[in-house]
This record gives sequence, C-alpha cells and structure tokens, in this order.
Amino acid sequence: MTATAHAHEHEHDATENAVFGFWLYLMTDCILFASLFATFAVLHHNTADGPTGKELFDLRYVLVETMFLLLSSFSNGLAMLSLHRQARRATVQWLLLTALLGLGFVVMEVNEFSRLVMEGNGPDRSGFLSAFFGLVGTHGAHVSIGLIWMTVMMGQLMFKGITPAVTSRLLRLSLFWHFLDVIWIGVFTVVYLMEVL
Amino acid sequence: MIPSAVLGKLTLSAIPYHNPIIMGAVGTASLLGLLVMVWVTWMGRWGYLWREWLTSVDHKRIGVMYVILAVIMMLRGFADAIMMRTHQALAEGLSQGYLPPDHYNQVFSAHGTIMIIFVAMPFFIGLMNFVVPLQIGARDVAYPFVNSVSFWMTVASALLLMVSLAVGDFSQAGWSGYPPLSETQFSPGPGVDYWIWGLQLGGVGTLLTGINFFVTILRLRAPGMSLMKMPVFTWTILVTTVLIMLSFPVLTATLALLTLDRYLGMHFFTNDLGGNQMMFTNLFWVWGHPEVYIVILPAFGIFSEVVSTFSRKRLFGYVSMVYATVAIAVLSFGVWLHHFFTMGAGANVNAFFGIATMVIAVPTGVKVFNWLFTMYRGRIEFTTPMLWSLGFIVTFTIGGMTGVLLSVPGADFVLHNSEFLVAHFHNMLIPGALFGYFAGYTFWFPKMFGFRLDEKWGRRAFWSWLAGFYLAFMPLYALGFMGMPRRLVHYDNPIWQPYLLVALLGTFLVAYGIFCQVVQLMVSIRHRDALRDTTGDVWNSHSLEWSTTSPPPFYNFARLPRVEALDAFAHMKEQGLPHRAQAPFAPIHMPRNTGVGVAMGAITFVFGFAMVWHIWWMASASLAAMLAVVVMLANDEDVDYMVSAEEVARLEKGSAPAMAFASAAATPSDLKTQG
Amino acid sequence: MKNFWIKLLPLLWFAQTSWACVGDCGNSHWAILDPRGPIAAAEKHLILTAFALMLIVVIPVIVMTFAFAWRYRASNTAANYAPKWDNSHGVEAVVWLVPAVIVLILSTLVWRSTHDLTPEKPLVSAVKPLTVEVVALDWKWLFIYPEQGVATVNQLVIPVGTPVRFHITSDSVMNSFFIPRLGGQIYAMAGMQTELNLQADSAGTYRGLDTQFSGAGFSGMHFEARATPPEEFQRWVAETRNSRLALDETRLKQLEVPSEDVTPTYFSRVSPQLFESILQKYAPDAGAKIKG
Repeated sequence: MTATAHAHEHEHDATENAVFGFWLYLMTDCILFASLFATFAVLHHNTADGPTGKELFDLRYVLVETMFLLLSSFSNGLAMLSLHRQARRATVQWLLLTALLGLGFVVMEVNEFSRLVMEGNGPDRSGFLSAFFGLVGTHGAHVSIGLIWMTVMMGQLMFKGITPAVTSRLLRLSLFWHFLDVIWIGVFTVVYLMEVL
Repeated sequence: MIPSAVLGKLTLSAIPYHNPIIMGAVGTASLLGLLVMVWVTWMGRWGYLWREWLTSVDHKRIGVMYVILAVIMMLRGFADAIMMRTHQALAEGLSQGYLPPDHYNQVFSAHGTIMIIFVAMPFFIGLMNFVVPLQIGARDVAYPFVNSVSFWMTVASALLLMVSLAVGDFSQAGWSGYPPLSETQFSPGPGVDYWIWGLQLGGVGTLLTGINFFVTILRLRAPGMSLMKMPVFTWTILVTTVLIMLSFPVLTATLALLTLDRYLGMHFFTNDLGGNQMMFTNLFWVWGHPEVYIVILPAFGIFSEVVSTFSRKRLFGYVSMVYATVAIAVLSFGVWLHHFFTMGAGANVNAFFGIATMVIAVPTGVKVFNWLFTMYRGRIEFTTPMLWSLGFIVTFTIGGMTGVLLSVPGADFVLHNSEFLVAHFHNMLIPGALFGYFAGYTFWFPKMFGFRLDEKWGRRAFWSWLAGFYLAFMPLYALGFMGMPRRLVHYDNPIWQPYLLVALLGTFLVAYGIFCQVVQLMVSIRHRDALRDTTGDVWNSHSLEWSTTSPPPFYNFARLPRVEALDAFAHMKEQGLPHRAQAPFAPIHMPRNTGVGVAMGAITFVFGFAMVWHIWWMASASLAAMLAVVVMLANDEDVDYMVSAEEVARLEKGSAPAMAFASAAATPSDLKTQG
Repeated sequence: MKNFWIKLLPLLWFAQTSWACVGDCGNSHWAILDPRGPIAAAEKHLILTAFALMLIVVIPVIVMTFAFAWRYRASNTAANYAPKWDNSHGVEAVVWLVPAVIVLILSTLVWRSTHDLTPEKPLVSAVKPLTVEVVALDWKWLFIYPEQGVATVNQLVIPVGTPVRFHITSDSVMNSFFIPRLGGQIYAMAGMQTELNLQADSAGTYRGLDTQFSGAGFSGMHFEARATPPEEFQRWVAETRNSRLALDETRLKQLEVPSEDVTPTYFSRVSPQLFESILQKYAPDAGAKIKG
C-alpha cells in the first residue's frame, strides 16, 4: 500500500470517526435537553400567582417561528444535495438561505423573550417562566452557535472549496441542524401546544 | 457592595490574609509550585517540557499528566481530610476545635469535590488514557487533540478550585451543593460559584473524554479483536464511557440551572416563587449515582487484570464479568433515589428504589466471586498490585454489606446523614476506586517508564493504607449507631470523642502510607537501573500493552497487532508467534503536537475565574477568544504527519528487537507444569 | 507469609469493636441500637435482620479470600495449578444464584418493612394521637401544639405511650428532623409538608437533631425530646399556657434571625394558622404541597 493510499484511507476513517463522535455528542446533548424538558414538566404549574403559558403564548407567532426553522432544515438538506454534486456555488447559496431562515427564527425568539421581559414576565418571575426561558433559551443558544458555525463554513467553502475536511464538517453541521429541528418539535409540542391547548 | 465594571465583585478583601491557616496553605502550595518551576528552570527543561509534554497529544503522555494531576490533588484533598479529622477529634464540649464553622464547612465541601472530581476522575482517566489504546492495539485515541483539550480543561478547573483557597472562599454547602442552601439567599459569596464552575468546566472535559474513548474502543481495535476478545479493563472503560455520556449531561444541565438561579435570579430550585429544591436533589443524583460507578468500574477492570496476572491464571468467568459490568451500569441509573429515602416519596417509591439498589449487589457479588475463583488453583504472587487487590476484596465486601443495609429504607431512616454513611461511602470508594488505581499505577508504571516501582516501600504503603483505613473508618460506623450526624463542626458528647481520636490515628497512618508512596517513587527513580524492565512484559501478563516495549514508542506498535484470541498476547507467547513487527516497515500516520490544548485550558480558567467574580468583560473576552481559537482550528489542516518507514525501522532497531521472543522464554518454569 | 497474619489484625479489631457493641448496647450511647419507641425498635430489628442475612455471603467471601490466598500462594507447589481453568457452569450458577436468592429474601423484607415503617403511616393505637407541627428555622426547631395552643423552641415534650403525628416543614433551607432513639428521620422543606409518626414507650430525655447540613449553625441545631407520663404532659401544657410569651408573626420574625444552641423557650397563645402561613409563604399558588 502506498503512502498516499494509506493517507486516503486514514482520511476516510477520520471522517467516519468524526461523524460517529459528533453523533454521540448529539446524543449527550439530547440528554441535556431531556433534563430541561423534565424540569419544565416539574415546574410548569409553579407560576407563583403569575401568568400561565396560556396567557403568555401566541401560537400563531410561534407557528411562524417554527416554519422558519423547518424551512431552514429543508434548505440545509438542499445544500447537502448540492455538496454531494460538488456544486460549490449552490451549496453556499443554500447555506446562506438556511442561515437567513435560522436567523429569522432567532430574531423572532429574541423578540418574544424581550416582549416577555418588558411586560415583567421575565425568567425571574416564577419557576414556570424560569423553566420556559431555560429550555427555549438553551435551544436558541444552540441555533445561534449553529449560525456562527454555518458562517464559518460558508467562508471555508468559498476559500477552500469542497475538501474532505470541509465536507466532513458540513456533514456534522447538517446533523446538528436537523437535531435542533427535532428538539424544537419537542419544545413546540410540550411548551407551547400543551400549555395553550 | 456594588460590583465594579473592571473587577466585578473582586476586591482586595477577597484575599483572606487575616487567616493564618489559609495563608499557610496558600504559602505551602505556592512554594511547592515555585520550587518545581525553579527546578525546571535550573535543569533548563522548559523547552522539553513544553514540546514533549504540555503540548503533547500522545495518549500516553496525557495519561501520565492526568495521573500527576490526580496525585497532586489527592495531596490537597488529603490535607483537608487531616484537618477535618483533627478538628473533629478536638471540638468536643468546651473546646471549639481550631476551625471556625465557615472554614470547616469549606474544608469538607472541598474535600468531597476534590476527591471525586479531581482525584478519582483524573486518576482513572489517566490510567485509561495510557492503557486503553495499547490494550486494543491502536496508535492513539480517536481524537488525540480533543484528548489534550479535555486534559487542559480538567487542569483549568482544578486550578480554579485551588485559586479559591487564596482568592475568596470555597463553597460551604457540601460537595453535593443542595439548594436552597447553595442559592444566593443563603450562600451569597463566591464559594458556591467556584464549586459550580469547577464542576461544570471539568465536567465538559470529562464528557469529551467519554465520547473520545467510546469511539476509540469501538472503532480503533486491532484487527481480529472482536468485542468478546477485548481485555476486561477495556470492557469496563467502554461501559464507563457510556455512563459518562449518559450522566454528565445531566450534571451540566443541573449546574447550569443552579447558575441561572444564582446569576439571573431565576427560580428553579429556590424556596420561593415556584422553585423546587427536590428537583435538584433528583437531578444531582441521577448524575451522582452513575458517577460512583464511573469511578469504581475502571478499578474493577484493573483488579481483573491484576488478579489474573498474579494468580498466573486466566480470568475466571470472562463472559460473566462482562455481563456483570453491563448489568451494574444499567442498574446504576435506576437507584438514585436511595440517596434521599428520607424526602418522603412514599412507601412504594422507596421500596422500589431500595430493591433496585440491592439488585446491584448481585452482579457486584458475581465479580467478587469471579476474582476469588481466578485465584483458585492459581499460583499467587503477592506483589504490591496483588496486595491492593486482596485488600480491596475483603474491605469492599464489608462496604458492600453496609451499603445493602443503607439500601433498606427502614434502616436508612436512622442511618441517613450519619457518620455510618460517611464510613460506608469511604468504604466503597477507598478500596473500590483508590486501591484499584494504586494497583493499576504499580502494575503499569513499568510500562510507562521502563522500570518497576520498589516493592518494599510499596508493601509498606499498602499495609499502612489498609490498617489506616480500618482505624479511620470503623469507628465512624460505630458513631453512626450512636446517632452522630456527618459534617459536625462541634459536638457535646464526650462518648464520641475516643472514637474520633482513633479515626484521627487512622488518618495519620494513611498519611504514613502516602509518605511511603512518595518514598517509593523516589527510591525507584534512584534505583531505576536495577529495576529496569528490558522485556516489555515485566509481569508475564496477557494483554497487548505488554507486547510492545516499555516505555512504548510514540506510535505504540510498529505494525498493528493481529488478534486471534482473548488474552491476545498470552496467545502469541504460547504459540511462539513473533509479536514485535519485523522489517519491512510501513510509514505511520501520527497526529502533530499542538499548544492549542494548553491555550484552551488557559482560556477556560480565565472564563471560570471571570464568571465567579462577575467580571463580565473578561468572561465575554474569554468566550470570544475561545470562539476565535475554534474557528482558527477549523482552518488548520496541518494536524498530522507521516513517520517514514525508514524512521520506524531505525526506531525499532534502537528498542532491542532481540527481545521479541524473550518474555516467552522468561516464563518461570513452574508455570509450565499443569496441576 | 508474616504479612498474611498482619492482615488479619484489622479484621480482628473490627470483630472486637462489633462485639463490644453487642455487649455494650444496653448502654444509651448506642442511640440507634437502644430504641425507646416502637418505630425505632422495628428499625433496629430490621438492621440486625438484614445484617445477619448478608453475613451468609460476606463471611464466605472473606474466608475464601484468605483461604485461597494462602492455599494457592506461589510457594505452595503442592496445591493444584490449573492456569487454563477459567469457567465452570456450576460455580457460575452458584455465584449468580446465591446472591440473587438472598437479595430476593431481602427484597421481600424491604417491601414489607418499607410499607410498615413509612413515616407518614399513623401508628395503630387505642390512644388518641397528639399532633405536633414542626418548623425548621436557622438553626433551631419550633414545635407548635395546635390542639394545646402552645409552642416551644428546641424542646419537644410528648406523653409516653401516645402516638405523635409530626407535620414538618422548613422556614429556611432543607433540614432533616431526627430523634435517634424514637425512630426514623424525614426532611423538612420550605413550602412542603412532610409527616412522621413516632411514639415513646418509656419516659426520658432523648436527643433530637437536624442531620441535613444547613449552614454555619448546623452543629448547634439540636433539641431535647422529653417523653413524660401523660399526667405530667398535661401539667406541662397547663404551665406553658401561663407563659407570658406569645407566638405571633412578630415573634416568628425574631425567631427567623439565625442563631444556634438556643435554650428552650416556651410560648402560649400561638397565632392560629401559623404553620399554614409558613407553608403558604413559599407556595402561594398551589397551596401547601403535601409530601409524605
């Protein structure tokens, strides 16, 4: 076996290992979220004479927010398809759309949070609101980190092109992004739907 | 006091210069640190230290550094233990002892935190770092760089804890930090914050290590090594990493919620406005109980290797051992409530968790019996590692018995929170974890450095530790039956005092044991030529780490071994197969050393310190720096290199290939006779 | 093999201390092993039963460790040596089954005893139970007798032979209410009420304490539990009603100020619903969350 073939095989292995490790990280993140969901389940009645979810949440607003995130996942999927076709420009463009949709989601969330805080219903108002801000905020922080990551990846795509390392990172980013989508479905159901309905 | 924009809550008055005990401790610690630095400078070894150790991504070097960290922190944790024991032995009746409550409470909180998080964890992580890749016939771990980051994050959090000695104070809420006591209302100072960030940042490092080793074991095993051909130590580590991945995120979340309570006035665990303190207790122990097994299972693995090696026999019931390990791990997630039967969860819940706890005794008992039957019909050599193992079996059995006693809710109602409980968990963790690590340290030391540890001082250390342990903790069992609660800074009961004096005596004996270990190390270094191991297989053992040289070359194996049986190396020796690679050699692909791990550790430390003292600009700056480093890393493609075949050939020639068959020939003659 | 015998020493020492306990247990220093009430007696009995059952495994393990270590020492070439002997279905079956059977027996013991001794379970008695409301403060215990209209700090007076129902909460951090010689403990938590049922069978003064670490004054958070004949208890109540100290919101505020090693204080005229108001303070919306 020549040195280059050896190196190539190593690279292949490294990518697989990286994806496997990242997948494991996502599972641990899943447990982190599970803890926060459990916390929300325990605290959601503890409103301390303050407002309940039913009084605070606007389902239509959250539905729009949700659509932003779901669509971003879809466009991320399209980015990955372009990546497999080795189409650099298309990949960057789809990623840009993904990032914009994700940004829309974050902006809407920040807006919702600031509205609640302005109205005096910040996270220090009650156990219920602490749990709400804790869970939804952690998800939002993840999405924001994903956005930074996506920005870096767009830069790498433009300057480095589609190298094995870049592909590997994009693969992981896409896993991350879909994972956050799945978590959000949980948040939407448990936090918003079940509180309001 | 209004926090300033520049230094947050930090002022000069945070330094307890009026307290001679603390200042003495700070002085001693700084002096020792300074001496080491002067010595390194004197020897002109900074460059070597930096290039070969601090920036190393070699799992063997990182492993050794982890063990060094654990040993240093053990000295600190043990100093706390002596202070507590001395204080309690004095503080009866009119005497108030020599520690005021606010100091004493810090000492026991720090002792628990240090011993679990910064001694037990880095000690076994160090050993597994060194051993696992060798044992599975790999060149390194799956993510060598992440390994370095994990290590330096652990160092950063340990350093944070040490700094709490000199700047501000440490938590006074116990190592488990139950709210509401640990909430701002009752603990307004920086102590709890030091505890939070020490645990949190170290925990992230541990989680990364867990993922790293899980992938390493699953994906980098030598060809032919199926799961059921893995050495038992590797098995226990695999299961441990699963426990880490499943439990540490819960700790991360729990601490984060307490952080939000303390920093942003939220109400997760507060008394008022809808907080729920019971939730913390539950979440903490959902992590905390598996954590006990995280530190004990690796020791079980070490005992299996040691008992089998020094009984000159194959491990009895390998399959049983594996299933028992997995069973313990699974069950460990279903028992957390036994830490608080007295919270009033009701009879059904308590009975369920009590029974679940007892069930763990079955696989644990199986393991003990399997070690015994490994000794049965063996040829037992009482080397130091074997002594630690024997001491463990007897002592741990007693601890297991008191553990089952505590798992009976009706019994726990009177023994909970007592000195009986303190005696019990020390009776599990000292033999069950620490003795194992000591056995592993002695067992693998020749592999790490190429020479054995002195046996005489090793035996002295063992006997002092063992006798010291019994003297220190058996009286505490008795005190539990006398109704003495844990964590007392003062008591009015002269009957208790003699028992506490005996316990203090035991602590001194343990101190002598530690002294013997220090002497053992120095004596061994001095006599290293006499203790030199040239075979690579100093104990005539069975797994792959013994098939390479001691110490192994940085690439571990010139050619990756091919595994045909359980106890792969024993099999090679029996079959007379060559186990050192012969020419021609192939080039080897290796990761490049990097200082980024050190940098990330430094940034982590600054971040932790800034958060403790509410220095927001510094916290933000360190976060930004961390982000910058990560982005920079993402653009650095030059992370590895090739060792050419010629270079490998040259290195292999230097490491005495003539020894390739030597260990088989060195087998003592009596071992060849059967029955 | 000198070391082998040295190794026995700690064990002998342990045996000796355990024996000393058995011989000495009539002495009141062994709080847990010298019960003065039905619950504590049952808990002691439970400990001893479980202990005895476990010895069935523990003693063989310890004996086997020493026996095997001695018999199969390397220098004893007369002993069997079977380096390849690494499995035996018979041995495996025994080592899995024997502990499993013992755990099974212990489990039934746990199931029954846990239901018998669960703290919230009222004691069966012909005597009308006495209710005492307990509040953990920093760092003292407040006892309210709602039926008698009196209250005390750091002294619990109860009539002998009468079941006592404790309703327990905390006005501070988490504490644990425990009278070792009368029986099992339970946590005191703000906004929540836990229950404990105990009874004293003989007159005497027993130590009561907090076992859950609660901060700087933790060590000074103890009280005396005085069990008196019923007539004397009635006399005590009548005397306490004459106390000039009243227990109301203002007094409670004073009591909430942290202090330790507080000498017993007696109050007459307790504000009604004081206990409920302490509970409500921390759980305004859901009402008192009853635990127990």
